Amino acid sequence: MSELVPAIRVNGLRKRFRDTQALDGVSLDIQPGEFFGLLGPNGAGKTTLISILAGLTRADAGHAAIMGHDVIRDYRQSRRALGVVPQELVYDPFFNVRETLRIQSGYFGLKHNDGWIDEIMHHLDLTPHADKNTQSLSGGMKRRLLVAQALVHKPPVIVLDEPTAGVDVDLRRSLWEFVSGLNREGHTILLTTHYLEEAEALCSRIAMLKSGRVVACDTTRNLLQLTNEHCAQLRLDAEAVPAAWQARLQHDAGGGWRVNFSDYAELESLLADLRGAGIRVLEMQLHEPDLEDVFTDIMKRT
Amino acid sequence: MSGLPALFYKEMLRFWKVMVQTVVAPVVTALLYLLIFSHVLEEHVEVYPGVSYTSFLVPGLVMMSMLQNAFSNSSSSLIQSKMQGNIVFVLLPPLSYLEFFLAYLGAAVIRGLVVGLGVWGVTLWFAPWQMPHPGWLLAYALLACAIMGAIGIVAGIWAEKYDQLAAFQNFLILPLTFLSGVFYSIHSLPAFWQTVSHFNPVFYLIDGFRYAFVGQSDTNPWLGLLVVSVCFVAISALTLALLRRGYKLRH
Repeated sequence: MSELVPAIRVNGLRKRFRDTQALDGVSLDIQPGEFFGLLGPNGAGKTTLISILAGLTRADAGHAAIMGHDVIRDYRQSRRALGVVPQELVYDPFFNVRETLRIQSGYFGLKHNDGWIDEIMHHLDLTPHADKNTQSLSGGMKRRLLVAQALVHKPPVIVLDEPTAGVDVDLRRSLWEFVSGLNREGHTILLTTHYLEEAEALCSRIAMLKSGRVVACDTTRNLLQLTNEHCAQLRLDAEAVPAAWQARLQHDAGGGWRVNFSDYAELESLLADLRGAGIRVLEMQLHEPDLEDVFTDIMKRT
Repeated sequence: MSGLPALFYKEMLRFWKVMVQTVVAPVVTALLYLLIFSHVLEEHVEVYPGVSYTSFLVPGLVMMSMLQNAFSNSSSSLIQSKMQGNIVFVLLPPLSYLEFFLAYLGAAVIRGLVVGLGVWGVTLWFAPWQMPHPGWLLAYALLACAIMGAIGIVAGIWAEKYDQLAAFQNFLILPLTFLSGVFYSIHSLPAFWQTVSHFNPVFYLIDGFRYAFVGQSDTNPWLGLLVVSVCFVAISALTLALLRRGYKLRH
């Protein structure tokens, strides 16, 4: 099988802004059709990386390519292949929604694009606002317009830079349905977000950045297995617990007990000991490790 | 297909949507200058023999309006896009630095010409129609708007705040246009300032443009054409070099 051209390839990217090393040798390959998450604390270099992919920032060293097109040398092809939804809620107050989308199409050399513009407006519920000045749109609608603008030229690769920051639940949900739909149709998605549960639910693969370096990059499933700390919360009908477990069981806020374990066999032996001591379990809740645990763990360790 | 027409169209639409501010207001301002100065000076000043002061003033005012508005168009469009953040809309698409330059320059030239035509139109009530050299008119009008449009691009990219742009406009563009012979002939100046004026390219723009209207000028229009052409080439080269580097646009 021949190797596919990666949708996004970055190799040894470095970028320094005055006294901060924003990117310190980042290399990544994102394959066509992936839903890829880029996580990291503020200042980790996520937006710098995206800006380099988009040609808004120039790297000091290293290379970046979109669908095999170098972002500097073949910038016309690479930008044609890329749709970027910027982090800031920007708009041009001189124009209405339809004008904005027509003009944006025009920048990509597309002249008769009204059919597609109507379709994106429909999918993003922008149609009723088509003739409204962008200034009069709500924050959520402005966000949708930014998504629409990123899609006017039907790019195979779509980058969303924290698109749900400050967005209400309804819009967030409909945005994710829409983006997941694009991914199912074959678009490659690169997403940065602060909402880890969002990344966990959507992304098939995730890279974590810290201080300009990739500190983890794997499938979401593998990352979740990095931490096998499960947690059980119990309510018991007794005040005291068996002596062997006194060190492990901790009181929780609700008057119950909390225990961390990595193997379910440990839980089984706890339950056996409780039964042996004649203590009944009134309630039990299990918590699986989530991406937040993994993320916190990796950020701490590295 | 290139994105150039779309960017040019967007720039045109931008100033056209606020034409009261971008076209009507400068025409009214020029009209006020004309009313006041021609009222005060008409009886007392005759710069060229056989040419009334009003006839002398009109080409100066038309040129001054073109210069200021061509500059305004590219510079204010760019600073607004930068402050708003919507400059990314033109940085993300596959537009080359040359296309970027031509679109902003083209719209600045059109805005300058439209305002110039407007000013000229209203002044026709006050000064008799005359146009001995329409070729010079066109050449100087185009070069003037192009030079100022390009300077406007540089200023718009360079300025990081509105007041930096305002400083550029108030301390450079305005004095340059006022002190270049709009209201007077440099021959009325002391010898030192006459010499200084010859190093000011805007003086040649106004002088050559006036030649097209009244057939008389302070210097040879061919010399003026040479000076302003060199000026345009130099400023364009600088602008293109900055855009190519991504100066203050692509970090």
